[in-house]
Amino acid sequence: MSFLNYLISGVSLGSIYAIIALGYTMVYGIAKMLNFAHGDVIMIGTYFAYFATTSHSLPPAIAVIAAMLCCTILGVVIEFLAYRPLRGATSLAVLITAIGVSFFLQNFALIRWGSSPKNFPSLVPFDKVSLFGGDLIISGEAITTMLACIFVMIGLSFFIKKNKLGKAMRAVSEDREAAQLMGINVNYTIAMTFAIGSALAGIAGVLLCSMYPTLSPTTGAMPGIKAFTAAVFGGIGSIPGAMLGGILLGMIEIFSRAYISTQLSDAIVFAVLIVVLLVRPTGLLGKKIREKV
Amino acid sequence: MKTTKIIALLMAIMMCVALVACGGNEAPPEEDNTEAATLDLGFIGPLTGPAALYGQTTLAGAKIAVEEINAMGGIQINLNPMDDEHDTEKAVNAYQQLQDWNADAIIGCVTSAPCNAVATEAFADRMFMLTPSASSTAVTEGRDNVYQLCFSDPNQGSASAQYIAEHALATKVAVIYNNADPYSTGIYQTFVDAAAEQGLEIVSTTTFTDDTNDFTVQIKEAQDNGAELVFLPIYYTPASMILKQANDMEYAPIFFGCDGLDGLLGIEGFDTALAEGVMLLTPFSADDPDAADFVAKYEEANGETPSQFAANGYDCVYAMYQAFTGAEIDYATLTSAEQCEALIAQFSSADFAVDGITGKSMTWEATGEVSKAPKAVVIQDGVYVGM
Repeated sequence: MSFLNYLISGVSLGSIYAIIALGYTMVYGIAKMLNFAHGDVIMIGTYFAYFATTSHSLPPAIAVIAAMLCCTILGVVIEFLAYRPLRGATSLAVLITAIGVSFFLQNFALIRWGSSPKNFPSLVPFDKVSLFGGDLIISGEAITTMLACIFVMIGLSFFIKKNKLGKAMRAVSEDREAAQLMGINVNYTIAMTFAIGSALAGIAGVLLCSMYPTLSPTTGAMPGIKAFTAAVFGGIGSIPGAMLGGILLGMIEIFSRAYISTQLSDAIVFAVLIVVLLVRPTGLLGKKIREKV
Repeated sequence: MKTTKIIALLMAIMMCVALVACGGNEAPPEEDNTEAATLDLGFIGPLTGPAALYGQTTLAGAKIAVEEINAMGGIQINLNPMDDEHDTEKAVNAYQQLQDWNADAIIGCVTSAPCNAVATEAFADRMFMLTPSASSTAVTEGRDNVYQLCFSDPNQGSASAQYIAEHALATKVAVIYNNADPYSTGIYQTFVDAAAEQGLEIVSTTTFTDDTNDFTVQIKEAQDNGAELVFLPIYYTPASMILKQANDMEYAPIFFGCDGLDGLLGIEGFDTALAEGVMLLTPFSADDPDAADFVAKYEEANGETPSQFAANGYDCVYAMYQAFTGAEIDYATLTSAEQCEALIAQFSSADFAVDGITGKSMTWEATGEVSKAPKAVVIQDGVYVGM
């Protein structure tokens, strides 16, 4: 029965990684840049949700929407101010800028809200489910997180495949210049990518802190790095890949903690990543891209 | 050529500034001789940052002692608080600022890692330090100028095991500790040894690091192995997560912690119902009749019940005061290094005992460790109750 318990916590932790990883993978796939500030956008969004529920006592649904809206605006503003001017610059310059934005957001939160941790009230209205006479208990947060993850992935896949804007995103991803020649507004498309990725960050933040209630300016940092790992693991740029990578990563983390060693779990997670990248350099579901010479 | 000139000019300016700064360092003690001298005590602790609650409450407690002593009209204490954000580098900067301010002695640091960093500097400078709550042995080891008012980590670990066994709280014990933190591992190691001596069975030992937020595995292991008591020698932030997740898993053992759990009730937005029945080893409980006066003053000034950190801060100031008055140390004329030697002699002397609110007749070993009797409190209806 412990196994099932661990499986559930692994999948629900993995689902959070997956939703965050979707943000990384969207932005990488379409704008071809690593948005290292993604984890900190999550943190800012969660603070908004926190104040919406505690100081303004808004209902949970409104708080989630507030967090998503705030993240969307933040993502678009960051894209406009920090990344758009660097559209033609080397990828290294963009990467460093992203790290700079990450530091800026963390320190902004530190000054604005202080560094003492806040206890985030769970925004999930469902109660836990007790199965097998109390041997297996699944928290409402875990169920919500898993459902949200599946819902987000299906929605996003449809959006990318069927919607006009989604098609434009794929076109920009494939060949930016050619897309522009075909009449696609590249800047607008990339801005929308950031908007969607950041809205996902809002959801991820609320789910993360509903499950693990400590909120501080560094809350987004470690899950951000883990989710980035998950995105690479699953094949960065691929939406099902991010989902698969996230869930596998969460499961490996929990299982290695349960059956191998609580001390080595993080080391094992990253060791698995190295092995996977040695065997499949583009990640589990990543496309092989032949470099044109 | 032009750039070289500019660089030369800049360097010249910097040298001038450096010279002026040196001059500034030497001037103040001479002024002190003529003016009515105050006893200048530096205070270093985390007033912001992840451990801010510890620093703020310690300082609030210390301030009450300063007010009381100053109101008596004798020695006038001037307490200068500095923020270290629970960061070693910032703590050393804070210490250097206090050096420049010509502190007579230092109360601090509040947390172990910054205290250790500051103690290295203070040992070299011969500056006396009395730490209210940095409980790691590394802080005092090999340094004759650093004294602790709180139990050292090994003492907390063994005292916890002793307390659990003597009060028959449990026989099967699980331990969850942070193996990336010297405070946590320090307590864990002595707890294991003492638990074996006391006949406690440790059925599960699991670890985590600072970035861990999922404790399902650790809690489940304790539960599956039938632990009746989970020992948490950790800080309050991860402890709040463990309490929440254990509650979600419907696992309700006795949770027993050390001074790191103090502050649990102060987390913004924390559901105190989760902490119901949590026990912690602490030298101070607010319902102690000897501390009633202090508790009343603290509640009036801060609107909350004082924690043991506040009491430690309070006792630190009194211990310093008693040492200075008892040995008649002339803080007005002696340098901080001379005062340091006098304070070391006083603190390590067998006759020097302080009756504080964190312990009756506290005495000190020459190693800097305090000796006093352990007490524990339990959280009931969101407040500490003595046991």
